[in-house]
Amino acid sequence: MSGPSVEVVAGGVAARRAFLAILWRDIFVTGKELGYFLSQVTIQPLFMLLVFGKVLNAGGYVSDEYSRLFLPGVIALTAFVTALQTVALPLVMELSYTKEIEDRLLAPLPTYLVAVEKMVIAVLRSLVAAGLMFPVGALVLGSLPWHVERLPLLLVSLVLAGWIGAALGLALATTVPPAKVNMVFAMILTPIMFTGATQYPWQSLDSIAWFKVLTAINPLTYASEAVRGAMVPHVPHIPPWLCLLVLVGAGTALSAVGVRGFLRRTIH
Amino acid sequence: MTAAVQVEELVKRYPKQDRNAVDGLSFTVKPGEIFGLLGPNGAGKSTTIGVLTTRIRLTAGDVRVAGVDVMRDPVAARRRIAVVPQQANLDRELTPRQNLTFHAAYHGVPRIRRDELVGGLLTQFGLAAQADAKLDWYSGGMAQRLMIARAMMHEPAVLFLDEPTTGLDPQARLFLWERVRELRARGVTIVLTTHDLEEASVMADRVGIVDHGRMVAMDTPAGLTRGLAGRSVLDVTMTLADGDEMTGVVVALQTVVGVDRAEPLDSTSVRLALTNEPETLIGPVVTLLAGRSATVTALRSGAPTLEDVFLHLTGDELR
Ligand SMILES: Nc1ncnc2c1ncn2[C@@H]1O[C@H](COP(=O)(O)OP(=O)(O)OP(=O)(O)O)[C@@H](O)[C@H]1O
Ligand SMILES: [Mg+2]
Repeated sequence: MSGPSVEVVAGGVAARRAFLAILWRDIFVTGKELGYFLSQVTIQPLFMLLVFGKVLNAGGYVSDEYSRLFLPGVIALTAFVTALQTVALPLVMELSYTKEIEDRLLAPLPTYLVAVEKMVIAVLRSLVAAGLMFPVGALVLGSLPWHVERLPLLLVSLVLAGWIGAALGLALATTVPPAKVNMVFAMILTPIMFTGATQYPWQSLDSIAWFKVLTAINPLTYASEAVRGAMVPHVPHIPPWLCLLVLVGAGTALSAVGVRGFLRRTIH
Repeated sequence: MTAAVQVEELVKRYPKQDRNAVDGLSFTVKPGEIFGLLGPNGAGKSTTIGVLTTRIRLTAGDVRVAGVDVMRDPVAARRRIAVVPQQANLDRELTPRQNLTFHAAYHGVPRIRRDELVGGLLTQFGLAAQADAKLDWYSGGMAQRLMIARAMMHEPAVLFLDEPTTGLDPQARLFLWERVRELRARGVTIVLTTHDLEEASVMADRVGIVDHGRMVAMDTPAGLTRGLAGRSVLDVTMTLADGDEMTGVVVALQTVVGVDRAEPLDSTSVRLALTNEPETLIGPVVTLLAGRSATVTALRSGAPTLEDVFLHLTGDELR
């Protein structure tokens, strides 16, 4: 008989405005410390590329081919780690010590959208960081493998890599007690980084079956494989459609856990 | 007219607790009123504020703020309220001025209006000169003022202040009381919690005393103290006539209408426990003593304060 009430419509407008304003706040804060942000996200991948892509290659320990397939892995890893770092530790601080997120929790938008915004800013920041890896990689390695027709796949893969990083960060930050968070991060992050097929193609693991299985349950593997599929398609890789499917599934599951944790931590 | 705040039979039990933090609380605040929630530590004041401001999910009851059911439509409620919490929660990544402008942006205040409001509020709260300083340099009092200024940036109908003056020095306290009265004059309804009895009696139009999550009394500050009229005392200090005895004076004073009990404090003074207002007894007491040629040298009436009411109602054990 009647459409949505004035209140519902006004609430929707208010929520959209609030969401954008909160996103703008995070972009603004990122901009304020841009130099710090850029150096924080590039320093580790830069040295990884330098040593594994350049130094070992110069010494004859790894081939040019390895340098080429390592770069996509580093790019995927950068997207994943940047997103995770954007959400995780700052959120732990905001929820427990500084409480500075409270003003945003009292903004006129459904609380779950504050968690969604955290993931959105994390993905945006991870795209910037991953994007930065292209010139860095070209500079360090002297060339950049890429295929115009595969750019859409590349972009989608990087967005999904950022998303699973952000969602994992949200899930960890809201479920691990603040006092234990540093320990848990150290315990979790390193295994994820090294079993995520960033430094080797998954199909090259046939001779170590147990490690191949371990790698297959790490969602980061599918991000690395998808980026590799987009940048160096001649290297054997997991089919991109399968990678994207797994990434969407993992992102959805981790986001669900993260958002639920967020709601539990913010509404008592 | 719809009530600014309406709380009916509010119950909150935190998970894994064996008793209710708020246990059947009911009260109503009229638009434009300053309502004080008074109660000892752990009484449930902050929990009540948390429910009213959509941050705590209630266990049972019905809570409306500015006509909006906070459980059913928290987003609409948040547009009409602002809260200054017990613990500072300013955004430390931003400057003080940016704290205000971003808050307004979250609430959809148009940019032009934002800029108008920021300047005015920074000046009103005495922060104009430090508006672009680092938040880390702010004292507790400055942070508190900034949080109230921030709360006003989206022009809320109801403002919640959870222990706004705890930790402030006397000047800062007076300053804050002035600002709160100005806000009320602009039509903002204010709900504040405190354990400062002077604050409650000076600031609040009505006070609700909460203990163990229940409302134990609710009235104007004057009304609450009147309830304890039987607890007024009058201390009389005198010089007796030669040969007169204190014991005789005490017996005589006991006969004055309105004196419940008289007891000597020392050789020159007597405390009278009264059933009437102290002012009405000064005449009769002085007349009686003059009749015995005693000279009254000092009179001190102890009307019951909100503190007496508070201790009377909530007991005096430590929480
Ligand atoms: N998150 C929580 N989980 C469990 N119990 C809680 C929680 N928060 C408060 N409580 C308990 O609920 C009761 C009411 O606490 P509340 O903070 O509302 O009191 P208060 O009146 O604001 O006290 P104060 O004057 O000390 O600020 C206390 O017994 C407290 O221990
Ligand atoms: Mg409290």
